[in-house]
Amino acid sequence: MDYATLLQILDSTLRLATPLLLACLAGLFSERAGIFDIGLEGKMLMAAMASGAVAALSGSVWLGLCAGIGASLVLAALHGIASITFRGNQLIAGVALNFVASGVTVLIAQRMFGQGGRTPPLTGDARFNPLTLPFAEELRGVPVLGPLYAEVISGHSILVYLALALVPLSWWVLYRTRFGLRLRAVGENPASVDTAGVSVVALRYAAVAITGVLCGLAGAYMATALQAGFGREMTAGRGYIALAALIFAKWRPWAALWATLLFGFFQALALRPDVVEAVLRFKVPVPALDALPYVLTVLVLAGFVGKAIPPRAGGQPYVKER
Amino acid sequence: MDRLPKWADVALVPLISLLLAAFFSAMVLLAIGQSPVEAFNVMVDGALGSAYGWGYTLYYATSFMFTGLAVTVAFHAGLFNIGGEGQAQIGGLGVALVCLALPWPHWTLALLAASLGAAAFGAAWAAIPAYLQAKRGSHIVITTIMFNYIAAAVIVYLLVDVLRPAGQMDPATARFPEGAKLPSLSDIPGLRELFLRVDSSGMPILGADGLQTYQNVPANVTLLIALAACYVVWLLLWRTRLGYQIRAFGKSEAAAKYAGINPVRITMITMLISGGLAGLMSINNVMGEAERLLQNSSEGAGFIGIAVALMGRNHPLGVFLAAILFGFLYQGGAELGLWTSIPIELRIVVQGLVILFTGALDQMVRMLLRWAFSFRTARVA
Repeated sequence: MDYATLLQILDSTLRLATPLLLACLAGLFSERAGIFDIGLEGKMLMAAMASGAVAALSGSVWLGLCAGIGASLVLAALHGIASITFRGNQLIAGVALNFVASGVTVLIAQRMFGQGGRTPPLTGDARFNPLTLPFAEELRGVPVLGPLYAEVISGHSILVYLALALVPLSWWVLYRTRFGLRLRAVGENPASVDTAGVSVVALRYAAVAITGVLCGLAGAYMATALQAGFGREMTAGRGYIALAALIFAKWRPWAALWATLLFGFFQALALRPDVVEAVLRFKVPVPALDALPYVLTVLVLAGFVGKAIPPRAGGQPYVKER
Repeated sequence: MDRLPKWADVALVPLISLLLAAFFSAMVLLAIGQSPVEAFNVMVDGALGSAYGWGYTLYYATSFMFTGLAVTVAFHAGLFNIGGEGQAQIGGLGVALVCLALPWPHWTLALLAASLGAAAFGAAWAAIPAYLQAKRGSHIVITTIMFNYIAAAVIVYLLVDVLRPAGQMDPATARFPEGAKLPSLSDIPGLRELFLRVDSSGMPILGADGLQTYQNVPANVTLLIALAACYVVWLLLWRTRLGYQIRAFGKSEAAAKYAGINPVRITMITMLISGGLAGLMSINNVMGEAERLLQNSSEGAGFIGIAVALMGRNHPLGVFLAAILFGFLYQGGAELGLWTSIPIELRIVVQGLVILFTGALDQMVRMLLRWAFSFRTARVA
């Protein structure tokens, strides 16, 4: 494998890791507040459809992005109502919303565009187009680092850079603000937060809303940047892979970045069976490459890569003592 | 006043949850500019209005009974098995390998062997997530989801590169031998009268020999096995020591441990039974209908098992009734896709809404009912 091919693979690694990273950070906020969210997948799908549809109709990707975030927030609110207000089973609520999203997205897209549940292909301002970072072309001549900068770092849509910026921001919010301290406390020991006179319910709703916004970004990225339009089931299990990355990252923002980059790398490899064959010197069946991220996830979950301890109050509805 | 009467808890809660799901499904239909009444009529007519229709309804219901029971058994041990889909597809692989291994002399022998193959393969696919949950504490929900994706990849690989006969284009196994063909319900004397072919005026359509003819339906003898499975699961859960241990473990792991119940053993056994039941559904679709293994053979039935188990309140009798209801929904939904402009995905929306209301929002329904009952008690007092 030559350097140019490696750069191509790293470039698609970053592109494919972005939705995983956004969804992983989304799950991070929710789960740190004690709400398991298996419905990342459905929220992404809903956001992808809404952003694809609105961007296609209005021609503005920014309106599409807002619609995507709004659609994802609706599902997040439903998840909050079911699991915070009515103290339902969080896993079952997530599964249910995933199914609803899977069906409703096709129903709405079919009703609006009549193209078999897809939205029309997006072009021009209806998409997030690649940005060329300053000096990318000028520095291309610099050996090794120049092409790396021009090919891998530069040339992505703004959402990729936003996702990367969200990593330190999430870290700062969670570990350096009062809100973050309380959010983490509510996922470990909600009774103590309640005793301190802070509303557990409000904090958990805030966390679920942040999850909704981040999943909205992830879904909008899928439909308006990674691909040009929405297609049925286009998230293809990314919400679940993001959950696995979250466990791999042990619920920490920086580790989430490395975990999602790793999973993105495997997805990038699955797109290039020729490269895998050239490096390994034997033919790897494409389904094996497709299954690789899932197998890796299981290995991670099996604890072969360190023990992951979830937030202590995760999954349990909070009942105030009467 | 905090407790609901038992009949309300058993019958009213699921009924109201179902009505809420139906109401919101109707809202979805209105929102996409369709008439819910018309859609319902098409569904009833397509799923129950003819021998052909309910042949399919019963066929789907058979699969859903198995997957619903699979989820039920796991739920009683406090385990949420979302992997029914993958377990069913791998179970289908077991069926295919058994059916293609021998030129079976009679379908009864083939059915027995294929059932064992299906259950063993399904159980094996559930065994790894079970072991990881029991021994290493990996969350079974995520591992079983991952195993669904891995199962799909395994099946694609095997069908494209290994099991596909030379010269065949589509990724599928060879057709099963004639001796592995299961009788359809319309072939069985006593049952076939249900599938009498009639014309629009209700008169029987006669064959060339002047005898009554029967609609050929995909529902097959597997339905009888599914009914037996409902009964056996009920026996297991409420009439055996193992069932008691499973339920005790599901209620409180700490208490079960204190009572000397081995958590690793119970987790493994429960998931093996669950996976085996999910695998067994493949004798219905792979052996009974397609008669060869195709990609995505289970077509989402593994996921519907979740809705069926929740709707059926995790009781085999409830699972039986909920499976018939979902059989109706699936056949009716397919007819919608054929005869109207409503996409077939409506089925998934309804499925999600049923899971939402029966599984996650049942507290809300209970609160409503408690509130309603508090008036009644107040008046009586």
